[in-house]
Amino acid sequence: MAAHLKKRVYEEFSRVVQITHEEAPAKKLRLSKPSKSAALHIDLCKATNSTDALQYLLHFARKPVEVESVEGVVRILLEHYYKETDNSVRLKIASLLGLLSKTQGFSPDCIVDDAINTLNNEKSHQVLAQLLDTLLVIGTQLPESPTVRLRLIQMACKHLSDTYFGVRNKCLKLLGCLGTVDAPLTKDNEGADVRDVQTIISDYFGDQDPRVRTAALKAMVGHRHHLMYVCLQACRLLTDDYEQVRSAAVQMVWVLSQLYPESIVPIPSSNEEIRLVDDAFGKISHMVSDGSWMVRVQAAKTLGSMLQVSPHFLEQTLDKKLMSDLRRKRTAHERAKELFTSGEFSSGRKWADDAPKEKLDRNTVYLIASGACGAFVHGLEDEMFEVRIAAVDALSKLARSSPSFAEKCLDFLVDMFNDEIEEVRLQSIHVLREISTHITLREDQLDTVLAVLEDSSRDIREALHELICYTNVSTKECVQLALLELLKNLNKYPTDRNSVWKCLKFLGSRHPTLVLPLVPELLSTHPYFDTPEPDMDDPAYIAVLVLVFNAAKSCPTMPALFSDHTFRHYAYLRDSLSHLVPPLRLPGNGLDLVDSRCSSGSVESAQLFLQQSLNRVSTIQNLEAPGAQELLNFTIRDLQRLGELQMELAGAADFCATYLRCQLLLMKALQEKLWNMAVPLCLKQNVTATAAAQQILEETYKLEFLYGGLESRQVATIHHVRLQAKALQLVLTARTRLFLAELPHLQDSFVDTLLELMPRLSSCKPVEMVKILQTTLRQSGLLQLRLPEQIHRATATIIEPTGESDNPLRFTTGLVVALDIDATLEHVQDPQNTVKVQVLYPDGQSHVIHPKPGDFRKPAPDRHRLITQVYLSHTAWTEPSQIEVRLLLAYSSSSTTSLSAPKLGWSDSVDGLQSPEAAVEGTIPFSKPVKVYIMPKPARR
Amino acid sequence: MIHKLTLQDHATQPHTVRGAGQDVGRSCILVSIGGKNIMLDCGMHMGYNDDRRFPDFSYITQNGRLTEFLDCVIISHFHLDHCGALPFMSEMVGYDGPIYMTHPTKAICPILLEDFRKITVDKKGETNFFTSQMIKDCMKKVVPLNLHQTVQVDDELEIKAYYAGHVLGAAMVHIKVGSESVVYTGDYNMTPDRHLGAAWIDKCRPDLLISESTYATTIRDSKRCRERDFLKKVHESIERGGKVLIPVFALGRAQELCILLETFWERMNLKAPIYFSTGLTEKANHYYKLFITWTNQKIRKTFVQRNMFEFKHIKAFDRSYADNPGPMVVFATPGMLHAGQSLQIFKKWAGNEKNMVIMPGYCVQGTIGHKILNGQRKLEMEGRSTLDVKLQVEYMSFSAHADAKGIMQLIRMAEPRNMLLVHGEAVKMEFLKGKIEQEFSIDCHMPANGETVAVTTNPSVPVDISLNLLKREMALGGPLPDPKKPRTMHGTLIMKENSLKLVSSEQALKELGLNEHQLRFTCRVQLQDPHSDSDTLHRIYTHLKSVLKGYTIQHLPDGTVMVESIVIKVSSCAEDANTKVLLLSWSYQDEDLGSFLSTLLKKGLPSGLC
Repeated sequence: MAAHLKKRVYEEFSRVVQITHEEAPAKKLRLSKPSKSAALHIDLCKATNSTDALQYLLHFARKPVEVESVEGVVRILLEHYYKETDNSVRLKIASLLGLLSKTQGFSPDCIVDDAINTLNNEKSHQVLAQLLDTLLVIGTQLPESPTVRLRLIQMACKHLSDTYFGVRNKCLKLLGCLGTVDAPLTKDNEGADVRDVQTIISDYFGDQDPRVRTAALKAMVGHRHHLMYVCLQACRLLTDDYEQVRSAAVQMVWVLSQLYPESIVPIPSSNEEIRLVDDAFGKISHMVSDGSWMVRVQAAKTLGSMLQVSPHFLEQTLDKKLMSDLRRKRTAHERAKELFTSGEFSSGRKWADDAPKEKLDRNTVYLIASGACGAFVHGLEDEMFEVRIAAVDALSKLARSSPSFAEKCLDFLVDMFNDEIEEVRLQSIHVLREISTHITLREDQLDTVLAVLEDSSRDIREALHELICYTNVSTKECVQLALLELLKNLNKYPTDRNSVWKCLKFLGSRHPTLVLPLVPELLSTHPYFDTPEPDMDDPAYIAVLVLVFNAAKSCPTMPALFSDHTFRHYAYLRDSLSHLVPPLRLPGNGLDLVDSRCSSGSVESAQLFLQQSLNRVSTIQNLEAPGAQELLNFTIRDLQRLGELQMELAGAADFCATYLRCQLLLMKALQEKLWNMAVPLCLKQNVTATAAAQQILEETYKLEFLYGGLESRQVATIHHVRLQAKALQLVLTARTRLFLAELPHLQDSFVDTLLELMPRLSSCKPVEMVKILQTTLRQSGLLQLRLPEQIHRATATIIEPTGESDNPLRFTTGLVVALDIDATLEHVQDPQNTVKVQVLYPDGQSHVIHPKPGDFRKPAPDRHRLITQVYLSHTAWTEPSQIEVRLLLAYSSSSTTSLSAPKLGWSDSVDGLQSPEAAVEGTIPFSKPVKVYIMPKPARR
Repeated sequence: MIHKLTLQDHATQPHTVRGAGQDVGRSCILVSIGGKNIMLDCGMHMGYNDDRRFPDFSYITQNGRLTEFLDCVIISHFHLDHCGALPFMSEMVGYDGPIYMTHPTKAICPILLEDFRKITVDKKGETNFFTSQMIKDCMKKVVPLNLHQTVQVDDELEIKAYYAGHVLGAAMVHIKVGSESVVYTGDYNMTPDRHLGAAWIDKCRPDLLISESTYATTIRDSKRCRERDFLKKVHESIERGGKVLIPVFALGRAQELCILLETFWERMNLKAPIYFSTGLTEKANHYYKLFITWTNQKIRKTFVQRNMFEFKHIKAFDRSYADNPGPMVVFATPGMLHAGQSLQIFKKWAGNEKNMVIMPGYCVQGTIGHKILNGQRKLEMEGRSTLDVKLQVEYMSFSAHADAKGIMQLIRMAEPRNMLLVHGEAVKMEFLKGKIEQEFSIDCHMPANGETVAVTTNPSVPVDISLNLLKREMALGGPLPDPKKPRTMHGTLIMKENSLKLVSSEQALKELGLNEHQLRFTCRVQLQDPHSDSDTLHRIYTHLKSVLKGYTIQHLPDGTVMVESIVIKVSSCAEDANTKVLLLSWSYQDEDLGSFLSTLLKKGLPSGLC
């Protein structure tokens, strides 16, 4: 063995040497490393004691190993393994073997024998456990080799009786991962001892060590194919002393219930039977009041995924008082039910209602046996907010699948609006929104929901507005109540204006018939008297109008109730807040405001218009054609206006306009007279051209990174424009006098080398090359832009600070002040990495702040909310002044290309392998700057 | 009320019941466990003004100090019905041993005792009551406990405290002597509230669980509903411009309600002032701020930013504020509207229907609180004046005791072998007792005052086993461990100097210096068999071979058959050659196999053998 090894090592050495020799004359550089295995072998031979060896191994593990040398390394490791007496070194080697077998492209079947061999001779329990782990890795790497699998399983069975828990753990894990039902261990097990993997694993449910019990349960969970009787054992483990076992048992019961939901299981204490999924549901519900919160979280989560459970079981989870056992109800024991209602427990809500009334029949009330009772009631008032959140989530999942349950859990969710932790409150509002399609709120429920509108947290209020957008209410009083509360909200928190309006828009369009009887009151019209015209600038009045107009859209009789000024206000609002006020078909009056641009086909027609403009532009073949510039100018203007009018196409229109602007700039830069001038004279004009080139470059980056939904075709087009801009830059640089004059004298300059390397250009002189570039650039036509389906422009709006405050933010110099930033981001991918906040001080200093990932929330798809604090500090000023805050979108040109950068090997290597290639890093401002008044005061001494 | 409990080993006598009347009043329980006497809580009854308010300590010893009799005293929390008689017991009756309580209890308890002393002595002018100095002396005997810390009282007795919710610093105690143990819950709460978490205990499987049962027949609604109702009522009243009076006791619920209102005010951005009557509360709030670790998850996690007990909206109350116009919320003591500030404010505000009074807890019969809750709208005040009650009266139970379901949950957590209910009304306890017995099938007791309950325990006796023996037995057994199934093993039990040891018999012999004696059984079996001796022997051999698979059976040349170590010989009977006499001989160790063989051979040989 050793001889063979050495030979191998030398072979590898010599091969490496040969390669270097061979390549030497070609003067091409290729890095070649000495073989890993060789180095390792030498290191290990050098090691005098086990500590050294361990150090070498640890060092070795940090670097990746190439596929072709894996086997050699494995051999050397094994060789050393046999010689080694120290446990820790053997342990490390065993773990290395596992890591190595994971190497891509390496098939570990050649080391199975060795690994098993070592396993048989090993004495140390820890090393044994590690070796089994390694075997597991090998086994998973060789999924289609039944013989290896069988051997491994046999090894595992053999070591199951080990006294050390770790070894038993690993064996069970191995069995769980590799054992299959269709390969029972019958073939060559001696005697009649026919036992399949499941039986073996389930034997360990009763192991004395909780860790082994956990492992056994987990192994069984991995084993989707089950045996019915396992269920009973798993149920027994639900009451285990150790939380990890209970947790695994919950998982196990869940798996069983998902696999065989409809099987019928007997109830131990009676002779009746229920569905397995119901039984499991009851058992898991029971675990919601477990002693360990980890188990409670898991149980609550699990409940959410058991959608097949019968409705009466489900409804019991919300019922705490009715301690009925369902079995009796099913057998129609109505008398028993009556007994509950008469001898019910006191609720503690009314004074002295807990005076004992009559003795109950012992058999009728079970306090905890029917576990499903009140599981969610418990979960929702749990001590740990993690459990509460899990319970709320589970409620939402179950409610979405069962409308009747949704109805029932409403009250409980509404109660959660009052939780002490904001996260829970927010979550429950979101959940209520999700299930609100199923429910219609009663007046009292609406009342409690609306009470939350006064919450001082903006998140909560906005979530609630969102909720009201989707809620159905039953009576006109409800609508009125909602309107009143929203107006109150508007009054208290004027910043909520937009959100409240939007909310009323949906409220109106959902309940036109309920709004109708309210209209005279809302608009304060009177049949005989003229009422004063309300103030058009009052947000509350606008809110009422939004409600009414949206209701009027599907209620044609409503406009008859409007007074004259209402129509005028409609016209005004239709124009100023077109996204909130729908087009109405108003009768006569000369105010037929149904405009064609907003008819149903408007989007298509706008699309058509967009396409036509692009086609028109593409007719410009030559950039110098007369009128081309004007055509471009007009088209850009058209497109911009189109973007403003048609929200759906804003992204696409903006994109096209920007693209065309680039073309226009290029065109201007290449103007005839500028280039015909003699070089020395055109210095001044060069300045504008340079600026244009610079601007085009910036615009192209915007085009590429600010818009989402681009296809590779468009990206290529953008790159093309950028190339043109770069060429322009090159030409401009070349045209400076200094460069031209001195260029021929520079020996071995970059240009020379460049020319040498470019075969087609190699014949010409530098000056000629510049000329070639110049002419091609000028003759280049306009590349036609093809639009992708969806283009979205990334936008950001800073909501807070508003920039309207006249009170400067005062703070002491040298200290910091925190400025709250609240912004909405639309269509930004991966905002955690790209969005930054820039602060510009009046002296030109600027800071870029990277917000924490936790500061981003995602209220809706394609929308993010950034709520963060930036810290400001500056030296003392004599008087307050304004700073500018804006959001930047960071980009890096390499990010798109190297997205699929391959992960290296198996090690945690951090050697500088991904050298930063010429990545263009930069930022694009994408929000309007907001001015904040600040005043750093000198520190008082 | 003194409950005396005795834990006895293997005691079989029935429980004797003396006296009657379980009530909510003072808690004082004596436990004798494994020869140790422990007093659990030392409370007083608030309803009496004479000797009956303190427990009857003469029950323990007629005259003389308690120190000789008691090993330790444990106080679960600072409510006076659990600790009010402590200075009386330790200083006036006389007790010098250790008193255990948690840190917050130790901090707050003397404040309450002092306040109580002031009221009784200074205001009511009673004599023969403990003095301030006595309270101080008493507190010097206190040993503080930490949660989950096991404290060794003496060599055998150890106690461990668990979190109990209820009030700040409330604890449940696990008391252990040898293998016997008792858990005393004090008052506890299984549902978390705004400032405290839920009670928790590990699966310690005590022999006896002593639980309070104040709400034995109640299953409370979800706490959130009640909170929401409360807040809504307060909010509405404030919006109407009304004043809200909340009579509370200084500690416990008051803090919870404060936090509730404070956060609500914060969330809803309300401006109406909230006042808290001063005095005791300020001192107590100070301790609430300090013992953050004893509060709930939210307060513990956020106190770095802001300690929730540093109220922003709640200010100290001054008598003159009651006449201020505009809405306000006032917390005033005492809680049952029977005297003091709360009554004064109530009188002022009762006439206006915009105002509201919210009773957050239990009211004793005879107090104004009780009257108005029962709907009385005209109250007679002293001096024949009557008071029209026009303001709204609301009842909001915010009691921090475990309800029936909570008690059951605790039982499920701790898995006790016996159950004892105290601190509740007899009728209600009876109901719960039935439930517990039915649900968990464990014994449940509910002793009356002064009654002694004896609880039978089943102590496990620890025995040392020699490692060699254990390993040998392991090797003999099957490959799979099964802790659920008991296994028999051979060994010798040696009792020496108070310790038990299980060793292998060889070692036992060696240790005791005895010789080993062989014990052999021999037995004759008559058999009808016409064949010759040797043939018979061979037939026996083949027969056994077919029956006993897996045993070594040898046919030896000297005319015997050996089955393991059992020897079988055949000889003919002198009279009848057909009657063969089989001689079996086996040693004591092979008793099982030997007796099996003898019965097998008595049945005779099957005829089909050759």
